[in-house]
Amino acid sequence: MRTSFGERMLDLVVTGFLWGIRIAILLAIVIGTIVTVSKGHYTSEQWIGFVVFGVAQGAIYALIALGYTMVYGILRMINFAHGDIFMTGAFGAYFVATWLNTIGFVDRNPFLGLLIPVLFAMILAAAIAMLVERIAYRPLRNAPRLVPLISAIGASFFLEYAFRGFFGPGKYAYPPIKALDGGWTIFNVEIQKVQVLVVAAAAIMMAILYFIVMYTKVGKAMRAVSESQDTAALMGIDVNRIIVSTFALGAAMAGAAGVLFSLVYRQIDFFMGFTPGIKAFTAAVLGGIGNIPGAMVGGLVLGVFESIGPSLFLEGLGIPRPYQLKDVIAYTMLVMILLFRPSGILGERLSKKKA
Amino acid sequence: MSMLTINNVHTYYGNIHALRGINLTIEQGEIVTLIGGNGAGKTTTLRTISGLLKPREGSVTFEGENLAKYKAHELVYKGISMVPEGRGVFSSLSVTENLEMGSFILKDQKEAEKNMEHVFTLFPRLKERRNQLAGTLSGGEQQMLATGRALMANPRLVLMDEPSMGLAPVLVELIFDIIQQINKEGVTVLLVEQNALMALSIAHRGYVLQTGEIIISDSADKLKNDPAVQKAYLGME
Ligand SMILES: Nc1ncnc2c1ncn2[C@@H]1O[C@H](COP(=O)(O)OP(=O)(O)O)[C@@H](O)[C@H]1O
Ligand SMILES: [Mg+2]
Repeated sequence: MRTSFGERMLDLVVTGFLWGIRIAILLAIVIGTIVTVSKGHYTSEQWIGFVVFGVAQGAIYALIALGYTMVYGILRMINFAHGDIFMTGAFGAYFVATWLNTIGFVDRNPFLGLLIPVLFAMILAAAIAMLVERIAYRPLRNAPRLVPLISAIGASFFLEYAFRGFFGPGKYAYPPIKALDGGWTIFNVEIQKVQVLVVAAAAIMMAILYFIVMYTKVGKAMRAVSESQDTAALMGIDVNRIIVSTFALGAAMAGAAGVLFSLVYRQIDFFMGFTPGIKAFTAAVLGGIGNIPGAMVGGLVLGVFESIGPSLFLEGLGIPRPYQLKDVIAYTMLVMILLFRPSGILGERLSKKKA
Repeated sequence: MSMLTINNVHTYYGNIHALRGINLTIEQGEIVTLIGGNGAGKTTTLRTISGLLKPREGSVTFEGENLAKYKAHELVYKGISMVPEGRGVFSSLSVTENLEMGSFILKDQKEAEKNMEHVFTLFPRLKERRNQLAGTLSGGEQQMLATGRALMANPRLVLMDEPSMGLAPVLVELIFDIIQQINKEGVTVLLVEQNALMALSIAHRGYVLQTGEIIISDSADKLKNDPAVQKAYLGME
């Protein structure tokens, strides 16, 4: 192919610019870190505390990220309504938990009092995701790739404003669970019970999901369908059923994540899925979209990075309120990965492969 | 009654008229070959039988039943399996997992295990590589896997799309031996090939397809000696 001198110069300028950004960000991180560390503002216990917080946050991102990555793996499509599926789970759990709380069940049996809302959230989220797939995505299966993406954004708005319509724009307080109050201090590091619960629950859910995908007939069929829908059909696999199962499984994880999120932050509203949704999408891309272990790793990395980042390098750079820039870290990471390593940590290239 | 009857089938890709009214029958127990050059419509014919494509006109009848109302995955339950062109193994699944996908429709786990043992006796090589990812197999091994996978569902009719493609002669020999063997075990075979000589050497009857139309159909022996076939497909002058 012939390229003119002008095009080549433009290419050089763009490449140079991208390298400039890369170096500038790396420098900012390194300098900020050095300054912070040399000031010795935080104790090592505090640092460990940040990491613990980040792991708990990251576990929630990871649970949500699984749904993005599984749907992408099977349909090569970004389900932008997934963050709102997370929100529907949280709402479902809220109503069940509130009711269980008023009848005093949660105090009598904290374990079931926690488990029942989680199961309800999972089922509700799965059911809503199945409806969204059936109504908003399946009819567009053979349309150009941009079309289902737009439909997904529409579905996202629909869910947000339907919930706002039903339940109003205000915030609801998730009922307190006495059994989860307080925490433990281990080697001077304070760990809250909620954090332990979140990490343990997320780990169990992810282990179950991994088992389903790797060892059950449905899971193997999901992997087969994600390689070739036609060949899978030739095996007698009902491809639509497997796609719906994938949506349902991913949504169940998001629904559970919605409850864990509510237990940590104690409040829910119709818009609560937006930011965690984008964070989880970032985590999925970070781990390599389409890659299930990648989503888990990506979630944890993002959670920890976000949690230590403000104190570690933003503060060192002299930024006055570094915690308010927490979200910026995640979004910067998303843009950076897409620009410089679209394959993520473990996965395929998002920009090249079938995108 | 023939096992499979294709009656005046027209299949399109959008506006492209790929099959132009083909007629073809297969009797229970036969090996029938469909030969023809690149782009003749061989793959389209198999995809039409297996339900991945639907004919715009005409009908496909299997064991007396019109297949128009069935989706591709439902036809596996009817007893039709396919070995797709280019093998189509699931490369990120292991050999065993690929075979398990082949027996997806079986409810009885024992039967699936028995079928897998049978495939392993047909292709001992696959047994050695059972835990390997299919994507890491050689072309010949992938063809064995795709063939074995098609047998996992207890098919009565197997559609094979150019199994010899890209294989060394020894391996082609091996695959064709297996085709004859499974045919002796009672499986009817529709074998699509560009390697006409090999195909006609094991088939009972054959059809020649050219730009979406069947131009000749006869017994395999007659086709082998037909001057037009020799010239066009057997590389003889
Ligand atoms: N997916 C497709 N879209 C459009 N045209 C196709 C497609 N697949 C095959 N064709 C066309 O249909 C005709 C028959 O193709 P095919 O059945 O693959 O031939 P063969 O298997 O005999 O090589 C060819 O002209 C081919 O270009
Ligand atoms: Mg072909």
